[in-house]
Amino acid sequence: MPFTNDQLQRYSRHIILQEVGAKGQRKLCEAKVLIIGAGGLGAPAALYLAAAGIGTIGIADADEVDLSNLQRQVIHTTPDVGKAKVLSAQETMNRINPEVTVKTYRTFVMADNIMELIADYDFILDGTDNFPAKFLINDACVLAGKPFSHAGIIRFKGQLMTYVPGQGPCYRCVFREPPPPDAVPTCKQAGVIGAMGGVIGSLQAMEAIKYILGKGDLLTGYLLTYDALKMDFRKIRLPRRDTCAVCGKSPTILAPFDYAQAVCELG
Amino acid sequence: MATQPLTDILPDAAVDITDVVCPVTFVKAKVALEELDEGQILSVRMNDGEPVQNVPRSIKEEGHQVLKLIDNGDGTYQLLVRKMGE
Repeated sequence: MPFTNDQLQRYSRHIILQEVGAKGQRKLCEAKVLIIGAGGLGAPAALYLAAAGIGTIGIADADEVDLSNLQRQVIHTTPDVGKAKVLSAQETMNRINPEVTVKTYRTFVMADNIMELIADYDFILDGTDNFPAKFLINDACVLAGKPFSHAGIIRFKGQLMTYVPGQGPCYRCVFREPPPPDAVPTCKQAGVIGAMGGVIGSLQAMEAIKYILGKGDLLTGYLLTYDALKMDFRKIRLPRRDTCAVCGKSPTILAPFDYAQAVCELG
Repeated sequence: MATQPLTDILPDAAVDITDVVCPVTFVKAKVALEELDEGQILSVRMNDGEPVQNVPRSIKEEGHQVLKLIDNGDGTYQLLVRKMGE
C-alpha cells in the first residue's frame, strides 16, 4: 500500500534519509518488536519505537505504575499511578502514533511463557531490572534464534549489548551465571539516575531500528558501558565462547528455565 | 492529473506534489522514484516557488538525472526525471 500524504509527512525526516527512504520506512512499518519491561529502559525505547512507526510493538510487564517510577519511566504520567504499566504505555504510544498496533502482556516473563511470547517478534528488547529475567531472555532468544538487545542500568552506570544469532557472543557467553541473589543491589536498593534509562533505552531502540533497516553496524561482539559521572563510554570487544552453556558447541541448556529471584524483589 | 504533451519524453509514472508542502514535496517525489526501475522516467507536477527551487536540486543530489522542467503556464511545473542507480 502506498504511503498516504499524512504518513509521508509523519515519517518525512526518516524517508528523506538515504539509509531509510520509503523502503526502510516500510520495513519499520511492517516490523514487530517486543519490549520486556515497561520501566526505565522500556519507557524511552517504547516511545521512540512507536514514534518511528514500528508496526507492531509488544510490551510485557506485570506491574502497576508507582509514584517512585515517574522519576525515570517517562512513558507514564502522574495520573497513571496505580494503572497497569502495559496499559499506561499503550495509551501513550497510541497517542504519539495511532498507526502502531500495541499488544500488551500483563505478566511476568517466565520459562513457561517466554517462548510463546517472543515467537511472533522480529527483535526483542530486554528492559528488565533483574538477573534471572536477563538470563531467561538471553536463553530463550538464543534457543528461538531471535536477535535481542540486552541492557542494564544502575546508579550512574549503564551497559548494552546486541545479540544476533550466529554473530558474536550471547549474554551468557559474557556473564555465564547470575550473581547469587542479593549479592548485587537492585535499582530499588541502589538508586539510578533517571536520565540513564533515557540514554541506554534510546540506544536499545536505535539498535532495533538499525537491525530492521539492515543498515550500519550493530553492537554485536561488543559490550558498551557508560559511566555518566566520568562521562566515559567504552566499547569492549567480547568473543563468543565455544563452551557457552546455551550458544556453545555442546549446549547443556536446551530449554528456558527460571533462576530464583532475590527475596526483596518478590511481593 | 493529465500529463500534458509538451515533450516527446514519455514518462513511466507520474506524481503530483502540489497537494503537500516542504519537505514532504521532495519526500513524495523520492518515494515515487523508489517505486521505479533504473532508467525509467518519472513526471513530477509541482507548484511554482519553493518546490521548483528546491525539489529538482534535491533530486539531483540523490543522483538522479533531471531531464526537463516544463512551465505548465498555470502556476505549476512538470519535472521529468530519469531514475539512476541506487
